[in-house]
Amino acid sequence: MLSDQDRIFTNLYGLHSPDLDAAKKRGAWDGTKFLLHMGRDWVIDEMKGSGLRGRGGAGFPTGLKWSFMPKKSDGRPHYLVVNADESEPGTCKDREIMRHDPHLLIEGCLIASFAMAAHACYIYIRGEYVAEKHALQRAVDEAYAAKLVGKDNVHGYPFDIYVHHGAGAYICGEETALLESLEGKKGMPRLKPPFPANMGLYGCPTTVNNVESIAVAGTILRRGGAWFAGLGGKNNTGTKLFCVSGHVNKPCNVEEVMGITFRELIDKHCGGMRGGWDNLLCSIPGGSSVPLVPADQIIDAKMDFDTLKNLGSGLGTAAVIVLDKSTDIVSAIARISYFYKHESCGQCTPCREGTGWMWRVLNRMAHGRAQKREIDMLLEVTKQIEGHTICALGDAAAWPVQGLIRHFRPEIEKRIDQYSRNPHSEAVPMAAE
Amino acid sequence: MANRRLAPASEQPRDFAFSDENAAWAQGQIEKYPEGRQASAVIPLLWKAQEQNGGWLPQKAIEAVADQLGMPHIRVLEVATFYTMFALEPVGRFWIQLCGTVPCDACGARELKASLQERLGPAGHVSADGNFSWLEVECLGACCNAPMVQINQDYYEDLTPESLNTLLDDLAAGRPVKIGSQTGRTSSEPKDAVDTLTDPTLFDGSRVGAWRKRFEQTRDGEDQDDTAVKKDEAASTESRAKTEAEPAHPQSGRAADSPATDSPTQRATDGKEPIKPEETAKASESETSSEVPQVADQVGAPKPANASERIAEDEKAVEDDLALRTEPPQQPVASGADDAVPEEQDPEKRADAAGTRPEGLSAARDDRPDDLTLIKGIGPVNQRRLNDLGIWHIDQVAGWTTEEIAWIGAYLAFPGRIDRENWVGQAGALAEKKG
Repeated sequence: MLSDQDRIFTNLYGLHSPDLDAAKKRGAWDGTKFLLHMGRDWVIDEMKGSGLRGRGGAGFPTGLKWSFMPKKSDGRPHYLVVNADESEPGTCKDREIMRHDPHLLIEGCLIASFAMAAHACYIYIRGEYVAEKHALQRAVDEAYAAKLVGKDNVHGYPFDIYVHHGAGAYICGEETALLESLEGKKGMPRLKPPFPANMGLYGCPTTVNNVESIAVAGTILRRGGAWFAGLGGKNNTGTKLFCVSGHVNKPCNVEEVMGITFRELIDKHCGGMRGGWDNLLCSIPGGSSVPLVPADQIIDAKMDFDTLKNLGSGLGTAAVIVLDKSTDIVSAIARISYFYKHESCGQCTPCREGTGWMWRVLNRMAHGRAQKREIDMLLEVTKQIEGHTICALGDAAAWPVQGLIRHFRPEIEKRIDQYSRNPHSEAVPMAAE
Repeated sequence: MANRRLAPASEQPRDFAFSDENAAWAQGQIEKYPEGRQASAVIPLLWKAQEQNGGWLPQKAIEAVADQLGMPHIRVLEVATFYTMFALEPVGRFWIQLCGTVPCDACGARELKASLQERLGPAGHVSADGNFSWLEVECLGACCNAPMVQINQDYYEDLTPESLNTLLDDLAAGRPVKIGSQTGRTSSEPKDAVDTLTDPTLFDGSRVGAWRKRFEQTRDGEDQDDTAVKKDEAASTESRAKTEAEPAHPQSGRAADSPATDSPTQRATDGKEPIKPEETAKASESETSSEVPQVADQVGAPKPANASERIAEDEKAVEDDLALRTEPPQQPVASGADDAVPEEQDPEKRADAAGTRPEGLSAARDDRPDDLTLIKGIGPVNQRRLNDLGIWHIDQVAGWTTEEIAWIGAYLAFPGRIDRENWVGQAGALAEKKG
């Protein structure tokens, strides 16, 4: 188990005060000026050396992302935008950072902005998080009052930070949709290139980072990239907030070392599996967008980017949804499909039409009202959505369905058999009703 | 996609205007964004309008916000119908949003839904007493505390049908209720079983400053140039901070409004031809192979002209980096010293001990030196220092032997980095492209 001394989010559960004084005692804002004076290149090198991979789902190396920003300004201001639009089903970690450890985030914003020559940072927080918005705004005000940020702050680097409030759209977690939304438009993803590092917010170089990726920066720089890189495994370094939900005895958020096994995570922190390990059906290890992994494969798997990728799934946001044998897995995945149908922005046809189509078919399959050949047809349709849309929402909608068919085809067939064995008067409807 | 329409005309109020207090608040929001970018404030303003109007957004409010921000009505209508948190029809005094997505669904949201349905009737209707209306919504992001509902602005977590009913009774009767977990959890900790973050030294301030040892050790281990570097570094950061991009607000730079913005729409409005992919490819090619030294200054800024290529290249660099890192990562002083290498007392002597000095030219061939900063890892300062050694051309770099690399590494005071960043390989590739 990770030692308390190596945990970054020491007030994860809000058992202590989130205020500036308490945060300083926990180590936030400690020697920030010294870190900035080590220079921009040092900051980026140290972040690269830490091996930190973005915590928002895609796992792109954070230091590398920072280095994409133009080194010299061409007259356009640079921006840092923090993606606090946490809406991947299963994920609830950024919320805890914003309401319990907001100063780590604000300090991280200053450091990241400094590394990218940005003097303004917007934190885009999801609309539903009203209390979190207030908590974060309070912390920002505190930081301004203590002159830790602002035009004329003690760090000698003019820097403004603003909290921006969204209004409930999953798609705004996609970075370019988030920028659109921040500009006051519908959150519809942009075509890339140009990438945000070149043309982002208001047409200026912009980097969008997840809350957790930014909030760990201060601690990484203080303790050294080597410290962070020393935790976890190669390419999967450091600590990570895991959000364990579903059928475990004590669901919780916990910061653990990357690459902890699934079994250890559940046994040590979540009071074990509900009804014992034999009762585990499957897990969705990285938020609803990744395919599920059946019990026998996940149970001793390491929870890191590469292991889960090799299992045909992904670490995503490390939102571990655990499902036991009482779950109706087909209707659970149908529920996920409904989510994507609801959240598709409607810009690309494969996604707009496909998500609804998949949901309707899966809903029938959950009751067995389908033909067996439709299973292959469904799989075929997911392949036509995947990779044929502007953003990754299309992929995210297709993968859970593919995971279901890959691992639970017999279950779907069983239901179809059961349904067709029983006499019923109503005709099997066509796919697109 | 959600299908969302405005409330029927019969329910729409005749007019809408922000109260004085809210108008002042709105002005404060608009000021967060650079001048000319006030459209950014559309979501916060619509929020406020919704709040003022008893939890739902009438057409007149949408128009009022549009007028205030100088946006066409249709643009704001688009926003109001796109984002699902704007209620377009009247809601109850307590508006219940039930999370129904998978983690909640697995933990009992269906039972909550049935109980709401039984108590309040179908979703989307205001109850007879005007107190409640409810809706099933998508993930609210409190999955460790499933199942949960949001009532107006507050989260109520760890619910059962019974506790939800009690909660609604209390709300209707105006009794105080507990926001958050209904089973006594503080937040998302494992219930009654917190066995992490218990070390008191985390919270009493005793760890503050402990990390500085790392830097002090470095300083003891090496000679005084460390401090010189740091001073240099500090000075350069401060001077850079003064000269570089200004903050967004209030002197926002307004770059987006200047011709620097080159979006397809902008080009269309200006009546210019759209940029074709071949052109961008050509542009980036000529940029990398150019021989004109002034390019050095431009290269810094618009480098990611061909971003995918850069990503691939940088990813490879990271892989190389990781593969090579068997020893602890470089000390900050060495790696940070790119642009501010201290003048050693005698770097040449130190370098001579490490390797062989590469042959230099007395001047650039045809007086046309290559732009060495095209090699990733060489900045303007190092270019100058290399020029001083008689290294003017990329092909010279491409031809360095191991001994010579060691010499240059020692001379520039970052041993190992030339290999790590593969200057020679990069130079070879550049020379080939050029040749």
